[in-house]
Amino acid sequence: MSLPKPEELARVNYQPPARGWMEVKPDFRPGTYCNAASPKWLEWIDYPYPRQWSVAEEDWQLPENWKEIVLEGMEDRLARFRSLKLFFDICVRCGACADKCHFFLGTGDPKNMPVLRAELLRSVYKRYFTRIGKALGELVGARDLDEKVIKEWFFYLYQCTICRRCSLFCPYGIDMAEMTLLGREMLASIGINIDWAMASVAQCYDKGSHIGATPQAFKDMIDFLAEENERITGIKTPVSYNRKGAEILFVTPSGDYFADPGTFTLMGYLLLFTYLDLDWTFSTYAAEGGNFGWFVSHEMGKRLNAKIYHEAERLKVKWILGGECGHMWRVCNQYMPTWFGQVPSFLEVPVSPVTGTVFENARVHKMVHISEFTADLLRHNKLKLDPQRNAHIKLTFHDSCNTSRGMGIFEEPRYIIQHVLPEGHFFEMPPNTIREKTFCCGSSSGINANENMELRMQGGFPRANAVRYVHERYGVNHLGCICALDRATLPTLLQYWVPEVEVTGITELVGNALVFEGEIERTTDLRDRDLVGVGEQEGGEEEE
Amino acid sequence: MTLKRLLSERRAAILEKWRDRVFACYPPETASFLKREADRFSNPVAHRLTEGLKGIYATLLGEAPAAEVTAQLDEVLRIWAVQDFTPSQALAFVFFLKPIIREELAGELKADAGLTAELLDLESRLDGVALLGFDVYMRRREKLSDLKVSEMKARISGLLRRVGVDPSTL
Repeated sequence: MSLPKPEELARVNYQPPARGWMEVKPDFRPGTYCNAASPKWLEWIDYPYPRQWSVAEEDWQLPENWKEIVLEGMEDRLARFRSLKLFFDICVRCGACADKCHFFLGTGDPKNMPVLRAELLRSVYKRYFTRIGKALGELVGARDLDEKVIKEWFFYLYQCTICRRCSLFCPYGIDMAEMTLLGREMLASIGINIDWAMASVAQCYDKGSHIGATPQAFKDMIDFLAEENERITGIKTPVSYNRKGAEILFVTPSGDYFADPGTFTLMGYLLLFTYLDLDWTFSTYAAEGGNFGWFVSHEMGKRLNAKIYHEAERLKVKWILGGECGHMWRVCNQYMPTWFGQVPSFLEVPVSPVTGTVFENARVHKMVHISEFTADLLRHNKLKLDPQRNAHIKLTFHDSCNTSRGMGIFEEPRYIIQHVLPEGHFFEMPPNTIREKTFCCGSSSGINANENMELRMQGGFPRANAVRYVHERYGVNHLGCICALDRATLPTLLQYWVPEVEVTGITELVGNALVFEGEIERTTDLRDRDLVGVGEQEGGEEEE
Repeated sequence: MTLKRLLSERRAAILEKWRDRVFACYPPETASFLKREADRFSNPVAHRLTEGLKGIYATLLGEAPAAEVTAQLDEVLRIWAVQDFTPSQALAFVFFLKPIIREELAGELKADAGLTAELLDLESRLDGVALLGFDVYMRRREKLSDLKVSEMKARISGLLRRVGVDPSTL
């Protein structure tokens, strides 16, 4: 072959050939998939078929009877989840969902059209569980289950962040998230798991949090953040751990106490609770609000979640307050009482001790989201705030999929933002990218592994594109959110697409703005950044 | 009439062909979506690619400072550096423009031999744009590597501060 001249290169046809979707197989390019789970994690949690295997290798070392296991698993789930059978049967391929997925928009891969992603599972269902599929096979979109199909499931079911944006546009309300979760369960049943999720699950099961922090490390870290509060504000923010008889158990994801910028949000919680003189406690056992188990299977989600009610009962608290988290909130709000098997009778319907508001919406699960709690405080004028302390921040708000599309928490964070920011410092992203239609961060549901970076940058691109718009148009320099996974993953996303914008939790902004009696003069925000005006004054003094 | 003026007059037609050629790098179902959906937020890839192509074209015509071409290339290449484009595939789009211009202006080029020298000059500049594009592509790939490192640090940044280490100095 002779070396191509540029003119010849220009004639190279890069257009992929038009082929049927069954013939196009995934290309496991490094950067676009998560590593296989190490066997040790599976052994820790007693999960089936632990083994050393690699996604990039041809042989995934499936158990001998893997096909039988998967098909029996599908049969079992079709019986237990009527929704799954309904979703398989009801789709008319109208295509309304096709271009709504952030992974399709970001990767340009047609198999990320939700309709086609579902078809990966549906084709197997048809072949083995419908008469027409058994008889006519590929003619009706049915296909045999082979190892290539398993690889395809793995590739695409971990390119879905169970954000449910597609479901919003589906005229039948087909819930792709549920199909993805059940598909991942079937993969797990033959020992196909991703390391990032399983490491977090095993650590959480063993030690209480995804990062594997011991109770001592948990306490040490939070005590440090309390000291930071005192250094910056002059206010002591005492923390109580495992205190029996406290009114409120506070549960938050581990991202809030180990990783910046979540840590600043946690400092905000402590300031707020101190300001209110709240009767609350942390539990070093329920030290993880997040639940990567739910990204693996319903059963594992339940196993990791159980500690929250158990601790609430052991500590004899009245109700539970949850920190800023997305999937934690979905799990606690929509699954927890069902998994528990009954309405937890040892808890009371949450009542704000400050305003007397009864959180009727939490009557069943007995848990309130911090945004609901804070918005109610503001509604009753219970907080003295100085928004000028956030004057260096021009904010836009990212609706986290689980809290917004999942549960309709749209107004509360915006209401808080209005109070803690100076007027004219908040700018919405375009309507088709927020609220119900919000674009996912692209890294949720356990796929925020380092090795999966390219895929995450693609999946988060629609979100970042809208952030860039408000940055360029209004000078927005911060992206607010009420989700710990967002705080962990959006900074990386934005550093690639819009490096001028930083990520912040909303309670961090509350912490900045709260005015305490007896506080020292604030010169910085909780991140040690000069407040507006302060740096200029210091500069002037230096000149003198 | 100079080549630049011709290119300016035929801008819409040439840009449309260039854009369609670029979209055709994707699977057919995706290419048709990229072409169809006009909303910039519902179709971010098409929007950013188109903006990049428009910018590069304007710079070629001398309408924007030459220094801006790096940012314009980045519009395209920051997307392709994370999508399934090898470096040669990612940079081929620059060369797509050559035959498009020759086809679009075939009549004029035949009629006016004087335009050929200008065209050769323009094509040579396009080669230069492609070389600059290689720098841009590499910078984006390096950025991805940097992000992996900085994310690892961020995951334990609170802990690092706890033990008195400033994560930004690592």
